[in-house]
Amino acid sequence: MLEARELVKRFGEREALRGVDFEAAAGELVAVIGPNGAGKTTLLSILAGISAVDGGEVHVPEGEVGWVPQQAALYRRLTVEENLLLFARLERHPDPHASAAEMLELTGLADRREEIVARLSGGNQQRINIAIGLLARPSVLLLDEPSVGLDPRQRARLWEFVSGLVSEAGTTVIFSTHDIQEAERYGGRLLVLADGEALFDGSPDELREAVRREAREAADQDFETAFVAFLHHRGH
Amino acid sequence: MRWLLLKDLQILRRSPLQSTLLVAWPVSIAILVGLAISGTPDKPRVALLNEVPGDARVTVGTRQLPRIGVEERICARVECLLVESRGEADEAVRSGDALAALVLPADLVDRINSLSTPSPTTPQVEVIVNEEDPVRARLVNDRIDALLAQANLVIGRRIASEGGRFLGLVLDGGEIEVLGQTVEILGLRRAARILERVRSRLPAGELRDSVDTGIRFTKLARDNLDTAVPLLRRLSQPIAVEKRVVEGASPPLESFAIAVAATFTLAFVVVLLVAGSLALEREENAFPRLTRGLVSPAGLLGEKVALGAAVGLVVTLLMLAGLAFFVPLHWSRFGLWLVAILAGAGALGAAGAALGAAAREVRAVSLLAFMVTLPVALLSLVPSGAVGVAADDAIGVVTALFPFKPALRAMTGALDPAGPGLGPALLHLAALAGAYGLLARVALRRFGSV
Repeated sequence: MLEARELVKRFGEREALRGVDFEAAAGELVAVIGPNGAGKTTLLSILAGISAVDGGEVHVPEGEVGWVPQQAALYRRLTVEENLLLFARLERHPDPHASAAEMLELTGLADRREEIVARLSGGNQQRINIAIGLLARPSVLLLDEPSVGLDPRQRARLWEFVSGLVSEAGTTVIFSTHDIQEAERYGGRLLVLADGEALFDGSPDELREAVRREAREAADQDFETAFVAFLHHRGH
Repeated sequence: MRWLLLKDLQILRRSPLQSTLLVAWPVSIAILVGLAISGTPDKPRVALLNEVPGDARVTVGTRQLPRIGVEERICARVECLLVESRGEADEAVRSGDALAALVLPADLVDRINSLSTPSPTTPQVEVIVNEEDPVRARLVNDRIDALLAQANLVIGRRIASEGGRFLGLVLDGGEIEVLGQTVEILGLRRAARILERVRSRLPAGELRDSVDTGIRFTKLARDNLDTAVPLLRRLSQPIAVEKRVVEGASPPLESFAIAVAATFTLAFVVVLLVAGSLALEREENAFPRLTRGLVSPAGLLGEKVALGAAVGLVVTLLMLAGLAFFVPLHWSRFGLWLVAILAGAGALGAAGAALGAAAREVRAVSLLAFMVTLPVALLSLVPSGAVGVAADDAIGVVTALFPFKPALRAMTGALDPAGPGLGPALLHLAALAGAYGLLARVALRRFGSV
């Protein structure tokens, strides 16, 4: 179980996170949603161990926490395979070539292994980005807006891949997104953040129920409109 | 660390412009420095228009001095381009064929001769220069001043010598040519002897007293003129120079020029490469991913400095090997070269890492690296004592804070046995490497943030 209690993060005078509580069980797929500046990336970077907290505490389960940043963190002048090999070696895999080959198969990029990453589409770069995050075989995978810049077909393929990790490997996946429909469709649970506060934590159906209770006029609207009405009702 | 090093070398290999520059830079520097050192003419090229008639002689009193050979003397000090007219002289200077033109006018000797007449005129030579380039103008002025000082000295010596000869005639007597006739000069000594002989035959009285007065005068005149002769000789060169070296011997200028070229190459390659490759980790968003347990920030800094040192070593050795075609190098000191290059590269790499961590973006880093390295490198070449005390102190502080100058000292010491000792330079470099490494480590704390 991954747990975060009373998380506080400040950037100068601004509080990016204000006492956020959060937890995720093994095999859960959690979407973190909210408007710009809500604190989504900050929360993920704290869970990833990149940023230190100013208050509160984080408990991560045994095993690695994989982190896939929003912007692809890889070397564009290296080939697909060279990137995977480099990180496999840095992760001290006993057989880096085998690990790289496995990730090439997983991402469907085996036939493009020799290509320089800079020549690949944004979607394919994102697939390598995720593959690098998976190299450590993490028990928890953090994805920061993983589908940004992907076309619908690439997006579908990405979520098929991520869902497989959850269902087949029991990996806990926590992802942030601006796409509310995507969060509803793929997120088993939603954490709604706004201005550094956690406004809601529950399933998409529970969020609709909350909208029905608090913003009745938007209850029958599409999920995104209902979500915006919910935020508005909560003063954001 | 070795995998990161391999990755950086792969990236470098895939950047054709960078790789080409890394090879082209040392090769072109080696060729330029080699040509400059081996091909520099010892004498500047000066156009000379000599309008002085061939039979003109400087005269002292009624005597003509032997031919001084002004043209030969000038051409012994500069490479003469003999021209026939002022127009030719102008063109030679304007086109850059000659650094300057020197015109010896037809009345030069007449004017020199007029100095010993009641109506003297100042002898003048004409100098034609192109002052478009201030450095060149300064060089020409210095050369011309030196030439004129030499000419004045030669004429002064001849005049002093002739003056001494005339004084000798006055003192000791002898023969002198006047208007083709040989004239016998009695001289003070002989006059005194004659007077003494006359005196011995004279009875005591008014006439003998008068002869005594004459004898006393000749003695007094002789004694005073005797002191005038050495004084006249000293007049041509009143101050003699005795040079004493208080510390070490300076290496030959060629060795220093090679050390400067090698250190320039090392500094630019290492600082730019280390700063740029560190900033690239951030631009590729890889820094947070790497430092999430895969490699420590200090380890990453160490890898970048190692990359800079390795590439800097290869490039600098390549440059030195290129220079070896032009000038002989002390290959027996190869071990010391390695020590100097690696120590310099370590400190320069640490400085590059600090710049890279501070500026964070590749373009900003490149600009900052140039803005820091180039002026400091140029300031490091200003000789101490060549500027005012305050400026000298300020330059001393600035150049001591950046590794270029100690790296240059280490390189000079390694290249030539007459160079400065390696020990102090290596200690200086080690201290700077530590300080810049610490600065880089502190700057890395905000490296991952936007």
